[in-house]
Amino acid sequence: MINANLKSSYAADERVLDNRYKQGFVYGSILLLALFTLFGSDYAILIGSQMGILLIAVVGINVLTGYTGLVSLGHGAFVAIGAYAVTIFNNVATGIIPAGIMPFLSLPFAVFLAAAVGVLVGLPSLRVKGLYLAVATLAANFIVIFLIEEELFAPWTGGMVGLTTNAPNFFGWVLDTKREMFGLIAVLGVLALLAAQNLMRTRVGRAFIAIRDRDYSAEILGISLLRYKLTSFAISAAYCGLAGALFAYFYARILPEQFELALSLQLVAALIVGGLGRTMGPVFGVIVIVLVPELIKITFGAVTGDAAGMAQLRAPLQEIAFGALLVLFLLKEPLGINQIVDRILRAANRWPFARG
Amino acid sequence: MLRVEDLHLSFGGIKALQGVNFEAREGEITGVIGPNGAGKTSLFNAISGFYTPDRGRVFFDGDDITALSPDKRAGLGLARTFQNIALFRGMTVLDNIKLGGHTRLNTGVWQALRYFGAAQREELELRREIEERVIDFLEIDHIRKYPITMLSYGLQKRVELGRALAMRPRVLLLDEPVAGMNREETADMARFILDVQEQFGTTILLVEHDMHMVMDICSHIVVLNFGQQIAAGSPAEVSRDPTVIEAYLGAAA
Repeated sequence: MINANLKSSYAADERVLDNRYKQGFVYGSILLLALFTLFGSDYAILIGSQMGILLIAVVGINVLTGYTGLVSLGHGAFVAIGAYAVTIFNNVATGIIPAGIMPFLSLPFAVFLAAAVGVLVGLPSLRVKGLYLAVATLAANFIVIFLIEEELFAPWTGGMVGLTTNAPNFFGWVLDTKREMFGLIAVLGVLALLAAQNLMRTRVGRAFIAIRDRDYSAEILGISLLRYKLTSFAISAAYCGLAGALFAYFYARILPEQFELALSLQLVAALIVGGLGRTMGPVFGVIVIVLVPELIKITFGAVTGDAAGMAQLRAPLQEIAFGALLVLFLLKEPLGINQIVDRILRAANRWPFARG
Repeated sequence: MLRVEDLHLSFGGIKALQGVNFEAREGEITGVIGPNGAGKTSLFNAISGFYTPDRGRVFFDGDDITALSPDKRAGLGLARTFQNIALFRGMTVLDNIKLGGHTRLNTGVWQALRYFGAAQREELELRREIEERVIDFLEIDHIRKYPITMLSYGLQKRVELGRALAMRPRVLLLDEPVAGMNREETADMARFILDVQEQFGTTILLVEHDMHMVMDICSHIVVLNFGQQIAAGSPAEVSRDPTVIEAYLGAAA
């Protein structure tokens, strides 16, 4: 099944979807996504939205951790900033800015604010690497949550009680159903993936990978570590900010505790399961990390019936199974599902000749 | 073209360089030789900006660059390769070489995220240039899509040279370009180095232990021993110099 792969121009060779299988897969997926938006059940839409929001954040983490090689355990903070920024902007600007154009201003505001804070949090990355950086970003997460919960800012942030977010209104079209929101999330999710892939085929993305693989060698090629590490932080924080804004719009209710360490860890875990530094890694990772707990829930329900005594065992069992899955991936396939998929595709491409 | 003046560098009590003075003349190949631990790589690191010398200065095309960071020096047209290959292992040969063009490109983050338009034009232009100027030149067109990890040592060295060439350097520093190569690979590499000098007029400074190659291709040689410059001159002069013979062979009995 070796496919004809003849290229007659550099432009054709530089395309992302450089063969018919990839084109078929991506365009087919987009079509399925559109059909899903129209005909998916309410429950499926709920799960799908959860995945979409998480996906955008994990694509952001992938830029930083997967491509630039900087580990962050604090990206929950940027999701929080996105969610709060969009809501607070909305609350403050109501009456000043017409409702119909509000999201066009509040969404960019949330994204830029997250990016700006991202640069700030990224500053330690110029001095420390690896574990030390992870701890520094962890601190950022705690500080942001602390500030949100602080009494002093409660008039704006709602403190421990959280905030309610109005549904976004695009020129009078209010996305007040989950299905409409899913449409928005899906469109932005696809664009987020495309933008990240574009980044990686230009000098900016290559500079990120160079810093990850060998930083002194990157410097010798004229790549400023200062500039690109901070750029990477800003981009990944911006993605998380967008995810946070969508989170606020979708659930219409935000609480500080939703953005704590657990979320930061979940983002990193999804990336590791999916595949670090691969475009499709976040997609696979998010599907697994959202679906597995759901599947465990469903199977558990089916096996035990709805016995009241067993129901309280479900949550801990779910976490144990999930943890075991993560460990399994770290041991058996550190490059994630993306690597497994690649291997299968390679074998299929060579069939019936050599396997490999 | 590239001049170092009275360069001193020490690590604690170890004096790695003690007053090195020489000039790599424009368009010529200058060799730096010396026994192990003579300070050759330290000299390279000081020239490319990883080490700040205690005393002395580095001039690039007449400008003092002693205080510039490595990436700024790269922007001026100073390229180098490393003794133990420093390619990016997670990337293909093509992407590695493309990174050499980094300082010449202008795509910003916004253009990069959109890709279509300015970024695409620039990328395609870079691709064309690299294919014609580097990949064809170094005869590595058959491996351009291979990941670095799949290549032999000799080819990796050649790709590293390619990455440096993609910078369109005015001065090229080669740290042991043929270390660990067999005779055939050494001959290939020597030929490529001479071709680079001839075709692009690049000023080349190289550190090497392979005396045959150094004597054959260099027009000027600097000899270091224990951080001190003990001789400098044409290959013929240096090979007759008694201090050099003593440093390499020990004193005559």
